[in-house]
Amino acid sequence: MKPLAPVSNTAKVLLGLAFFVLFFAGWAYATLGGYVSKTFLADPLTMLGDGRMLIVQYGFLTDIAVTIWRVVGGFILAALVAVPIGVLMGTYKPIEAFLEPFVSFARYLPASAFIPLLILWAGIGELQKLLVIFIGSVFQIVLMVAVTVGSVRRDLVEAALTLGARDTGIVARVLIPAAAPDIFEILRLVLGWAWTYVIVAELIGSSSGIGHMIIDSQALLATGQMIFGIIVIGVIGLVSDFLFKAANRALFPWSLA
Amino acid sequence: MSKLRIENVSRVFPPVHGGQPTRALEPTNIAVGDNDFVTILGPSGCGKSTLLRLVAGLDTPTTGQVLLDGRPVTGPGPDRGMVFQSYTLFPWLTVADNIAFGLREKGVPAAERTRIVDEWLTRVGLTAFARHYPKQLSGGMQQRTAIARALANNPAILLLDEPFGALDNQTRALMQELLLGIWERERKTVLFVTHDIEEAIFLATRVLVMTARPGRIKADVPITLPYPRHYTIKTSPEFSALKARLTEEIRAEAVLAAEGH
Repeated sequence: MKPLAPVSNTAKVLLGLAFFVLFFAGWAYATLGGYVSKTFLADPLTMLGDGRMLIVQYGFLTDIAVTIWRVVGGFILAALVAVPIGVLMGTYKPIEAFLEPFVSFARYLPASAFIPLLILWAGIGELQKLLVIFIGSVFQIVLMVAVTVGSVRRDLVEAALTLGARDTGIVARVLIPAAAPDIFEILRLVLGWAWTYVIVAELIGSSSGIGHMIIDSQALLATGQMIFGIIVIGVIGLVSDFLFKAANRALFPWSLA
Repeated sequence: MSKLRIENVSRVFPPVHGGQPTRALEPTNIAVGDNDFVTILGPSGCGKSTLLRLVAGLDTPTTGQVLLDGRPVTGPGPDRGMVFQSYTLFPWLTVADNIAFGLREKGVPAAERTRIVDEWLTRVGLTAFARHYPKQLSGGMQQRTAIARALANNPAILLLDEPFGALDNQTRALMQELLLGIWERERKTVLFVTHDIEEAIFLATRVLVMTARPGRIKADVPITLPYPRHYTIKTSPEFSALKARLTEEIRAEAVLAAEGH
């Protein structure tokens, strides 16, 4: 190993997999070897068996679908509201001065603390779950998009001005395309956070979803099921990350190093 | 009548952290005739880029005004095309789309746009790279595209701010010939900022030498070498004489700049 020296693609994949293998081996050793009580931590085989049972007998796939729909729905709503506001804030400094202090304040309000209030306002239906995701994501996206748009290279804007671009041209054909790959990256990041909010929302006052299954399993001390649920979330996160990265490559080939 | 008149234009930058205000440009008067190729030669930090930005409308003069075709400059506009020292091609657009940018902003119909872009691609020798993105190009190619992008817009005057400053010597010489070839055909009015004496003489009909900060025009030297100019002219006795003279002019300023700042 040398500092910053690149690694070949095959080695990269193998090394990445190796840690997963090591992790599961350690877990299997601790549980199957009897070093940890079954009450507190199920072994990998029990976990897989429980997962199979959940899917086959208890319709867990529906729960997964419901959770995905909540995250994606709330997240898309947040993005639709936040990206335009962020672009406006990054572009026009008076708008930024007007909104930035409030958004910075709102960003620190934990989405999970809103759950009791939201239940009061919106009941325990789907709307409440979407609102938790929405509140958790919208302020983060606004601020990060505003910073990204505001830091677009000034000389590109100047070049466009000397080519006759006016305000709308600067926003639509310089600022937005220049910031687009970074905005996409921001959405990928915030989607990851949205996953933590949805599970919290489902732990309280819910009758479906992955989070609901986990809290139900706790009552039964079914650690295998709980761990299966958590791993499913991780796998979905990995897949969505991969999709985002692939879409980024396809949409913005010019930004690749 | 002059194409471009710079009347009593100065620029003072406000003080930073309670220091002294920076006098970047002393009140300056310049008249540039139609079809002139004027190079502004000076040591770095002498305010020559500031002067060019004032003409472009990217900065506002503290006193005086800039007149293009008799009309005062109030902001940037497509009548003053600019090529920057830094690479300012839009990285998300291909070479062809970069050249088409100004035409699109102007609302030129697609067919006409394609025709003009193809023409400029040929003139700067980048037809084979029309569909490439800027980061796939060398520095010289990027600046050729930037020149084509500015000229495709058909500006009244072309402003160039040390456009070849970041290029190696051989590429720079080729770029000078390319630009000169284009100018000899188009006869655009050009204002070209540089710190390279040879470049200033080779290209220009007239060289303006600027003093070290605060910037001021120190000498106005007409270059009477005949066009079209071939690169071999750089070794002619006339060229050497001009070079010797300008070297003296600029050396004194470079010394001042090095001592004072």
